[in-house]
Amino acid sequence: MSARKVQSIRQNHLPDALPDFRNLGVISRILLAVNALALLFALARSREIGEFASKVTEIAGSLEPVLLVVLVVLYALSALFERLPYAQGLLAVFAVVLASAAALFPFQPVIGGSGGWGDFAWSLGCAAFVTGALAWYFHLRNRAFSPAISEARLQALQARIRPHFLFNTLNAVLSVIRKDPKRAEGALEDLAELFRTVMADNRQLIALRDELSLCRQYLNLEQLRLGERLQVDWRLDPTAEDALVPPMVLQPLVENAVYHGIEPGIAPGLIEVRIERRGDRLWLQLTNPYHPDYQHRQGNRMALSNIRERLQLHFDVEASLNTRVADGRYEIGIAMPYRTSL
Amino acid sequence: MNPIRVVIVDDEQPARSRLKELLEDCRGDVPHSVVGEAANGTDGLQVVAAAEADVVLVDIHMPEMSGIEFARHLQVLDHPPAVIFVTAHDQHAVEAFEVNALDYLTKPVRAARLLTALKRAANGARLSRGVLESIDPAPRRHFSVAERGRVTLVPVSDVLYLRAELKYVTLRTRDREHLVEESLTQIEQEFGSVFVRIHRNCLVARRWIRGFERGAETESEAGWWVILEGLDEKLPVSRRQWPQVKSLAQ
Repeated sequence: MSARKVQSIRQNHLPDALPDFRNLGVISRILLAVNALALLFALARSREIGEFASKVTEIAGSLEPVLLVVLVVLYALSALFERLPYAQGLLAVFAVVLASAAALFPFQPVIGGSGGWGDFAWSLGCAAFVTGALAWYFHLRNRAFSPAISEARLQALQARIRPHFLFNTLNAVLSVIRKDPKRAEGALEDLAELFRTVMADNRQLIALRDELSLCRQYLNLEQLRLGERLQVDWRLDPTAEDALVPPMVLQPLVENAVYHGIEPGIAPGLIEVRIERRGDRLWLQLTNPYHPDYQHRQGNRMALSNIRERLQLHFDVEASLNTRVADGRYEIGIAMPYRTSL
Repeated sequence: MNPIRVVIVDDEQPARSRLKELLEDCRGDVPHSVVGEAANGTDGLQVVAAAEADVVLVDIHMPEMSGIEFARHLQVLDHPPAVIFVTAHDQHAVEAFEVNALDYLTKPVRAARLLTALKRAANGARLSRGVLESIDPAPRRHFSVAERGRVTLVPVSDVLYLRAELKYVTLRTRDREHLVEESLTQIEQEFGSVFVRIHRNCLVARRWIRGFERGAETESEAGWWVILEGLDEKLPVSRRQWPQVKSLAQ
């Protein structure tokens, strides 16, 4: 496992993997691509423009049932497929497609031909061809996006922990070493844990519970330095803690909240973290005091675009990140699918 | 030699107590005493003036007023103390300090560096306003006025107008007048669009302009007067400035 990881970093892209068949983005890409191919095919087969409409209906009649059955089966078996190596997974997908096409063939309206073995072979051939084309497309897409993952990770590494935070924290730890060695120990342990996570390979989803404990360690350190100026209000939905989220999806936002919301104020400021599960959606919301005069302080947009990019890489169109200013508070809202297994 | 009188200004309490510990460690080499501390620049100015500090250790990165602005305000005192800047990580400021050979310490602070900086400060290296402006060209949030040995801060947003008179510049707020030792040209450059020049000797705050009134024309005055919010006094616009000021009237 670790050897594979090292290799993948060196090659700068991920090993090939099947797309996530439960993802709305993947499903809509498949639907769009298959139907676009069908339209092209109908266009090629029509000798005149009047014939096009009837050809489309004809092809759709036999194509859509197979397509829908395949999508449902792939959705159901997705978790199973992800455990297979890429080549075997691909074979399994082909098997699903061909089996569905074959099983539905007897119910198909007869197109042009006799409905005999020739048509059967033609129908399976088409299905195999379309599947092959899509597999090729997802393979290319995977290749195109995987350097982005490494890139995002590297960028993340630099943007993540601000040097400002590191040096101030070390200074704060030094200040308690003589008077309160126990507290200094705890702080250094938190700091080590924080850096271990930052320096880890951050491409696999992790449990929200772990991300939250990272945020707490980070806030403990900031508390040491900022004292009562830093107030945090957690509102957590205990049923949400099993959710899988991209690592470091919340910590950089909490760090931003401290940097832009707490540090510029002399009076104590409040950071609110709300986490909620609504059905199959996970909602994260973070608010902090807004100081319009300090918006030139660097780093906020970089962290946001970094997180947005990683959310997109993991969840495609099913995740969103929005920000706004309301009632003198800066607010970030993230929505993503609630998932507990890959 | 009298012990050096030191004041510490930092918004983080642990950072202040760390500096005190390190100063304690240096006491044998450079006799000194910590005569005050403050958690922000505004309080810091009063503490420094009251304690007659010789040296101030000041963090650059503080809420409301940066350490650099704090140092600029200190310069209006009759005997401004030597300033040693402290920063966790501010590449820009550190480069500026290097260029101008100013003393600075990086957090976490080392006792040996602190000792060197204290010795140098005791020999009386003083800052100049020009250097501080070049380090942080961002406009200040306050004007500072020395009054009876203390520093009074006037928020820039409270200023209605500034008028040059013989030796000084009069700074007018709704409640009172102050004298500042700066030139109108410097102020105009620093604050850009906050003030508009209506006369060779006068800048007014754009945000407080409420209108213009027609008056008698003279050789140098355009016959228009500026009315400012909350002020009975009207200010004449010069012939030369009227074309630019006129655009604000619409």
